[in-house]
Amino acid sequence: MIPYTIRQCDVLVVGAGGAGLRAAIASAEAGCSTIVITKTLLGKAHTVMAEGGIAAALGNLDSPDGWETHFADTMLGGQLVNNWRMVDLYSREVIDRVYELERWGGLFDRTEDGLVMQRAFGAHSFRRLCHVGDRTGLELIRTCQDRLVHTAGTDVLMECTLTRLLTSGDSVCGAFGYDRNTGELMVIRAGAVVMASGGWGRMFRYTSNAWEGTGDGAAMAYQVGADLQDMEFVQFHPTGMIWPPGARGILVTEGVRGEGGILRNSEGERFMERYDPVKKDLSSRDVVARSIYREVAAGRGTPHGGAYLDIASRRSPAEIRRKLPSMVEQFASLAGVDITKEPMEVGPTIHYTMGGIRVDPETSASSVPGLYAAGEVAAGLHGANRLGGNSLGDILVFGRRSGEAAAEHAKTLGSRLPVSETQIADEQAAVLRPLAGDGGEKGENPLQLHRTLQEAMQDDAGIGRSEESLNRALAAIGELREKSARMRVPGGRVLNPGWQTCRDVEFMLTVSEAIVRAALARRESRGAQWRFDFPERDDRLSRVNFVVREKAGAMAVEERALEPMPDDVVTRLARSRFFDPAVLPSHYAGKVQALPAEAHG
Amino acid sequence: MTDVASLPRAGQPEPESGLTGATLTLRVFKGVPGREQGYTTYEVPEVAGMVVLDALHWVQRNVDTELAVRWNCKAGKCGSCSAEVNGRPILMCTTRIDTLARGPITIAPLKAFPLIKDLVTDVSRNYETNKLIPPFTAAPDDGTPWRIPQMDIDRLYEFRKCIECFLCQDICHVNRVHELSGRFFGPRFFVRVASLEMHPKDVLDRRELLRERGGIALCNITKCCTEVCPEHIHITDNAIIPLKERVADVHWDPVRWLGRKLFGGGARAGAGPPQ
Repeated sequence: MIPYTIRQCDVLVVGAGGAGLRAAIASAEAGCSTIVITKTLLGKAHTVMAEGGIAAALGNLDSPDGWETHFADTMLGGQLVNNWRMVDLYSREVIDRVYELERWGGLFDRTEDGLVMQRAFGAHSFRRLCHVGDRTGLELIRTCQDRLVHTAGTDVLMECTLTRLLTSGDSVCGAFGYDRNTGELMVIRAGAVVMASGGWGRMFRYTSNAWEGTGDGAAMAYQVGADLQDMEFVQFHPTGMIWPPGARGILVTEGVRGEGGILRNSEGERFMERYDPVKKDLSSRDVVARSIYREVAAGRGTPHGGAYLDIASRRSPAEIRRKLPSMVEQFASLAGVDITKEPMEVGPTIHYTMGGIRVDPETSASSVPGLYAAGEVAAGLHGANRLGGNSLGDILVFGRRSGEAAAEHAKTLGSRLPVSETQIADEQAAVLRPLAGDGGEKGENPLQLHRTLQEAMQDDAGIGRSEESLNRALAAIGELREKSARMRVPGGRVLNPGWQTCRDVEFMLTVSEAIVRAALARRESRGAQWRFDFPERDDRLSRVNFVVREKAGAMAVEERALEPMPDDVVTRLARSRFFDPAVLPSHYAGKVQALPAEAHG
Repeated sequence: MTDVASLPRAGQPEPESGLTGATLTLRVFKGVPGREQGYTTYEVPEVAGMVVLDALHWVQRNVDTELAVRWNCKAGKCGSCSAEVNGRPILMCTTRIDTLARGPITIAPLKAFPLIKDLVTDVSRNYETNKLIPPFTAAPDDGTPWRIPQMDIDRLYEFRKCIECFLCQDICHVNRVHELSGRFFGPRFFVRVASLEMHPKDVLDRRELLRERGGIALCNITKCCTEVCPEHIHITDNAIIPLKERVADVHWDPVRWLGRKLFGGGARAGAGPPQ
């Protein structure tokens, strides 16, 4: 065995995006020694990509807004398969988290009275997104990053990758990984682990996700027996860039529509008026993405197969530059388009994963003792479709909760659990196998396998799915898994992208299989899950989540009953301006009546 | 509304490949410290609108899986993929090939930082510098929501746009030529300090830190940092010069100098609330 270093801490936080940083701050403030491990440099995590803002019902512009309305919008946006307790905690606490961020030095745009400014966003009843320009994620991560490095008892391991969680009995007791730059192998012993590793889009060809979105956290949790939930719900953001080819998938913020931008087809028609006459261009993301898809399929797409997004004819160049500076920059540098003068060409791009590790709403505890999860890697808050602005709120609210709960667990544990030498030796052998140099002609190139997986998932498990296409995807995954056993790469452990991609591919195969199996099991269309062969919603499936777990070495999909909302909670749904009693599943029918229009201010 | 059954079975419209038919020549620095280093030439098929990072990804996937490149978002938001292309520090994910001079494209790592491998350098000292800067600190109050004029936010937002690509740290001759980074915060961290010092709710005073540990006097306003900033932050004009003025104000004012001589040097030295 190659020698490895051993580090110890009370709480290990995996990932340094908003959820990881907020969890680490909470854990350290609870008195626990805390290590944050990140695959990238500090401050580069995917949170920086978030543009629109943090949804919180401050009511600074629209006084009728309140956390109950935010609750209702989030539940309805998620098509009522969200965990209502998580939504409840979230919509209450996110208000405090916004003010907390401000008191840590975070900036927000202001109203004329100097209060935190809020902007309109898709499927939110009121102007609700607290933002600074179109860079709110960067502001959030920089503020938390600075808070963390000045909090005693914390250590950050940058550019390190974890490959496996270590267990003692049923409990997680640490992790195995390596330093990407030096190749140093490492074991981190911990009293508790918070998975805050973000989502996964990189198994799809066109995604707004950074390279690191390979699903490591979900895959590692699955391997130690954690339940994964809602894996079928993968969000297509309606507006990604579609040209030039290298830029395809890069996000175009919903803030463009929040600031007044509208979508048009090649005939100049504002088609969202047809698909959602009430919310129009600010309908929920699943609806807008499907509408663009339908326009293109009907032959009304743009030259590169998308829709036009027009802000130039709706706002002055000065306003556009002030409210959407990074969009101006992005289109100018990548596409040679001046968005203050011309429309953008946009189309759906894989953006966010609603599913992930199944957690307890209060503590973010997974089904495995000692393992917690927060942010995009956790499931439950967003149901079948996430509303814009709810991810930055999610990572703050549940980042904090998971960090506190993990710290509590580590403290009650007392002494650290032993790590298993056998697990470490097995993992080391597995991680080093692609470097063995025995593949010869038959060795598979991990980067090519990755590309093949991307094509398969994009074509057959993408925005629209059918049993036939999903089975094709499953077959492709099986074939790739066989090939992945023969991945071989030249070079050594020092900063070797080929070698580092090998484990990414294995993680992505596991997560892809979970997506496909869950999508096969949910034989209906709901939120982000669009089945061509089951285009309608199935009332019975309004009461269940699908859970993926390992059972005797194979991947099993099981139905789990959702905890229904109590009667006094169901009535909150009427607070949403977009509530329509017709959307209620039978078990809620008649329990809530629409409010008169004047009740919404 | 379109009938679902009439839609394609799955997937979505394929983009055109965008191949232009031209072949690009890349000269890419390869090597690790203490071993043979040099440039390797790769030929890459050009795609319309390709950025430098696209070309390197093609190389990694098709020719050289060992080629080390640091990148992350590939959308100009995270500031990871800094390198020197044809001698100029840029972000590789936002630099289109068709904006570069025709002919071979030379790609090298940042010069002002220690090499790790190929195009990747060790930028950790930036993170060490940040730890030296006392964080945002507000005066205790009753906790009611703050009221801040938008004008203040606009001024600070320019500094907060920084994506920490460290191109400014790389180009600054104090770091790059004179190798004085141990005595000099550098443009990135002057911007950082400016964002704190000009925040209307922050109560610390970091001027002595800037002068002493930060070495702000070493900057002689060549504005190279401003020129390379991908976020177009007016680093010199809006951050460094106002900070230099503030430092000069507290340190070189003759009346205050006399005060320090007469009543001891402790007043306003280091981080403390303003008087």
